[in-house]
Amino acid sequence: MADSENTRRIAMMLIPKLALRNLIGAGMRTWLNVIVLSLSFFVIIWTQGMYEGMGKQAADAMTEVELGGGQYWHEKYDPYDPLKLQDAHGKVSGRIQDLVEDKLATPILIVQGTIYPGGRMQTVLLKGIDPSQTIVSLPSRFLQSEEELPVLIGGRMSKNTGLKKGDSVTLRWRDANGTFDALDATIVQVMRTSVQTVDVGQLWIPLEQLQEMTDMSDEATLVVVDKNYDSPQIITGWVFKDLDFLLADLMAMVQSKKVGATFLYVLLLFFAMLAIFNTQVLSIFRRRKEMGTLMAMGLARTKLVQLFTLEGAIHAVLAAILAAIYGFPLLWYFAVKGWAMPEVVDTMGFALGEKLYSTYSVSLVVGTTFLVLMVTTIVSFLPTRKIAKLKPTDALRGKLS
Amino acid sequence: MENSVLIKTHELIKIYPMGQTEIWALNHVSLTFQKGEFAGFVGPSGSGKTTLLNIIGSLDSPTKGSAEVLGEKIENLSHNQAAELRNRHIGFIFQTFNLLPVYTAYENVEFPLLLLRMSPEERKKAVMEALEWVGLADRAKSKPAQLSGGESQRVAIARAVVKKPPIILADEPTANLDAENSHHILRTMEKLNKDLDTTFLFATHDEKVIGYLRRKITLVDGKVAKDEWLTPKTHGE
Repeated sequence: MADSENTRRIAMMLIPKLALRNLIGAGMRTWLNVIVLSLSFFVIIWTQGMYEGMGKQAADAMTEVELGGGQYWHEKYDPYDPLKLQDAHGKVSGRIQDLVEDKLATPILIVQGTIYPGGRMQTVLLKGIDPSQTIVSLPSRFLQSEEELPVLIGGRMSKNTGLKKGDSVTLRWRDANGTFDALDATIVQVMRTSVQTVDVGQLWIPLEQLQEMTDMSDEATLVVVDKNYDSPQIITGWVFKDLDFLLADLMAMVQSKKVGATFLYVLLLFFAMLAIFNTQVLSIFRRRKEMGTLMAMGLARTKLVQLFTLEGAIHAVLAAILAAIYGFPLLWYFAVKGWAMPEVVDTMGFALGEKLYSTYSVSLVVGTTFLVLMVTTIVSFLPTRKIAKLKPTDALRGKLS
Repeated sequence: MENSVLIKTHELIKIYPMGQTEIWALNHVSLTFQKGEFAGFVGPSGSGKTTLLNIIGSLDSPTKGSAEVLGEKIENLSHNQAAELRNRHIGFIFQTFNLLPVYTAYENVEFPLLLLRMSPEERKKAVMEALEWVGLADRAKSKPAQLSGGESQRVAIARAVVKKPPIILADEPTANLDAENSHHILRTMEKLNKDLDTTFLFATHDEKVIGYLRRKITLVDGKVAKDEWLTPKTHGE
């Protein structure tokens, strides 16, 4: 029993053992292919890791600063329809009020307004937020100010309008009854944030003050819930939007960037596969006599096909090992130390910050390894189909049938 | 006596199509070989020596007729069955040695045993025994490129005999060797034939080889022109 087990093990290991022996024996040719293929491995994992990192970083930042654990939207709220905004507000009461009181949610009221910085007119969104809230990491505490109308803006808004901390700007808005009113607001703080959606074209105002200004007492447009809130309820007049929904646009944007980057590594992979294919074709051509000898010694043609296919496929295994040796420190560096982003990235619509930290998931590494291994095996197999038709006598004479 | 018949060909025909014409490489060849024979096919180039050896070795199949090796009809064997027959029962020695270039002498000799799924311990013992037999135990770690022609052919012989097959087929085994190496190798094969009762079949037109044969079959245009038993000569070391 033990003997038959041993024999089976030897039989199973025969082809891999021979393939490895042949590959190592082939020397430089093998290593050149392995190096090119390992570069493909590295570039695929690096670029995908960068985009995964980009998505995760942007999602984390947005979750932290803006989205919390999800949002209850007023049923009429549609961020893509500014005309509906004036009707998209409702009383924060009942179960939503309970969440707010339990410090599990914070309401935000959104109203359209106009500012006149430096004599120019600019449409803005006025966003009312409770200055003492801790649900999102927006620095709303600065709104606890003695100023008549304290306003918090982001760095991009500051840059676009020329407004700085301490500046005063005339603000005009329309209340719930459609009556226009105006007041001078004071910039109490310019916040640095990587999240553009809480920055560009927005003024943050104390919630109660905005409710009073707009005659929308106790009302909100949306309610941001805490990150740990995991039991969304059906509440009349409000619709719960989870993070998957709220981050869908961001993820779609990251995905589109990923597709662009795919071109680069598909090209690299193509060159690597071309090298493998070429090596296989050359190898089969050069080693006809060897194949004849192997057949004469009793190696069946199917085993010969397996041997040559495996030789090609082992390139991918060796490439993965090599890529791990030199790639791991580099990938670790990008994951821990980050990759400094040029300023232009700020216009790409991502909440990235100054550095991008790559993220390498298990699925990325396993998926890439599987992809490269599979493609290499297919490419290695294609030329070996010739062997399946090979006559031992022709092979021994150095002919391909 | 019939029981010791290893190889039997009957009205063997091999035709190679060559464009519009046909080449009859073997033309109604009927031969029988007993266990332990030291026989050779001789004749000019194109007389069918290698073709006959290839069919007996199950590397090729006949166009017509029958070739029976160790009870197996070659013409009926599938590719895998033919491979199995070669693997278990037939050793080959080639004119150009055909050693696997990336393997050491040891690994080359070990190869047939790997196919036989022998354990590492058994393999090691058999390989060293075969290398010692041909006097190359000290070159076990050398690669073919580091061996002389004579040494390479001795490794090839060790590879053919390592699994102790009942039949060894040698196609022009001395064609690339000088006289001294040729005699050395032929003496080795003669010794193996006597010690292990291995049947040796040669395809050759080398007089040195013919001098060692106990049976000489002359082929001309694919036909057996002469089948003669020779008086064994003494070729001591």
